[in-house]
Amino acid sequence: MIGILQEMMGYPFLVRALIVGVLVSLCASLLGVSLVLKRYSMIGDGLSHVSFGALSVAMALGVAPLKLSLPVVTIVAVILLRVGNGRMKSDAAIAVISSGSLGIGVIVTSLTTGMTVDVCGYMFGSLLAMSKEDVMLSIVLSIIVIVIFIICYNRLFAVTFDESFAKASGVKVGVYNMLLAILTAVTIVLGMRMMGAMLISSLIIFPALTSMRLFGSFKAVIISSAVVSLVCFFFGIICSYQYATPTGASIVGVNLIVLFLAVIVEKIRKGRLA
Amino acid sequence: MLLACKKVTFGYENKAVISDITFQVDAGEYLCIVGENGAGKSTLVKGILGLIKPMSGEIAFGEEVKNASIGYLPQQTDAQKDFPATVMEVVLSGCLKQKGFLSFYNRRDKETALANMRKLGVEQLLKKSFRNLSGGQQQRVLIARALCATDKLLVLDEPVTGLDPTGTADLYAVLRNLNEQYGTAVIMVSHDVRGALTEVKTVLHISFDTVFYGTAQEYRDSDFGKQFLGGAQK
Repeated sequence: MIGILQEMMGYPFLVRALIVGVLVSLCASLLGVSLVLKRYSMIGDGLSHVSFGALSVAMALGVAPLKLSLPVVTIVAVILLRVGNGRMKSDAAIAVISSGSLGIGVIVTSLTTGMTVDVCGYMFGSLLAMSKEDVMLSIVLSIIVIVIFIICYNRLFAVTFDESFAKASGVKVGVYNMLLAILTAVTIVLGMRMMGAMLISSLIIFPALTSMRLFGSFKAVIISSAVVSLVCFFFGIICSYQYATPTGASIVGVNLIVLFLAVIVEKIRKGRLA
Repeated sequence: MLLACKKVTFGYENKAVISDITFQVDAGEYLCIVGENGAGKSTLVKGILGLIKPMSGEIAFGEEVKNASIGYLPQQTDAQKDFPATVMEVVLSGCLKQKGFLSFYNRRDKETALANMRKLGVEQLLKKSFRNLSGGQQQRVLIARALCATDKLLVLDEPVTGLDPTGTADLYAVLRNLNEQYGTAVIMVSHDVRGALTEVKTVLHISFDTVFYGTAQEYRDSDFGKQFLGGAQK
């Protein structure tokens, strides 16, 4: 294991992928707990499809992918949150936006470059995708996400646990929901090159679900979520390197196994208590 | 005086939901707000909490309430049923109001939280997960959280909904204790009119405007109270 990791460190592109992967996994797992508990999981999924659409358009226009998809996905995140309170039910709105942008993305790619290996990489993740500039941007943005999360931790807890009470305590619930959506959008855009547009939302949802099976305190769930996310990332990326499987898919595979194990542990514990 | 409403009208987008509501809450008061579904009870609660502004009339807060805010027990949500959080984490979040930008809790907050848990007899549940508690225990924990904001005035929205008869009796005992021992004023919105009536001092019955405002005994004797209770008794 360590040997393989050392070998991987010899390749600059793999080092880049590792750095970005660690940071994005951390961001996604921290935000994921709140998103899952607030029943916002699907927003993450919807946004990842939007980022695919934005990426395809950026490719066709010859613009740097991150620079275009970051603002687009953030704006859509804000819109999705607003629509949720309006006439269109939010699950329908998410479905419309996500399949719509996927459709646009596919049309644009087939008209320009065609369905190449590159496109496959965008959909299911690739280790080769990160340029040096991307890495710098990813590092800065993910550190910002993590710092904001820590500073707002107690308020995010209050908003997640009980919006009505938080509102009555003078917490600006709307602002924090918006903050959550924007941070999620940033995380998704950063992670999608490596994880793939179809699979990035798993990074948000799986570690949180796994940890909620195992722990009964919010803090423990957050910490466990971060640990689970990192461990799954490392196993996934090693697997991807060894067997040449797509990175995103390998990480999802490992996450799935861990979630399954957590469910079994929970069942055994409950059985013992009963 | 903690809170006084004078001919207050609340509503959304220029449409009044309740109008001309007049009542006053003093220290040690125990008021129950009743009324049919859709009569505007929740709207009134939002108004009391300052989440919506009155369209007309005047709502005044006493000095004690102004500084410390109101302790609030909202209706429970589905998300809370499987929420992973310890009792301590939940109660501490009641201290959030007094926090600045960096919302970290200090030792004083923790002492406040512990003191309120003791008041409600849930201090032994400290490290238990909220989702594993019974409905009655959960309500006690949430009241402890509300008390962290202030122990002067509690506003409870349907506190006994979903509780079994024992849990309901238990919760009323908790509230009676808070009201009598500690002088905490309580405003309670309730569907359980008959149960609440034996507990509270004053009743405010609303349906669009103030229909009845007086003591529990007066309410029982009033034609309106008889009619509303009569339906429930048969």
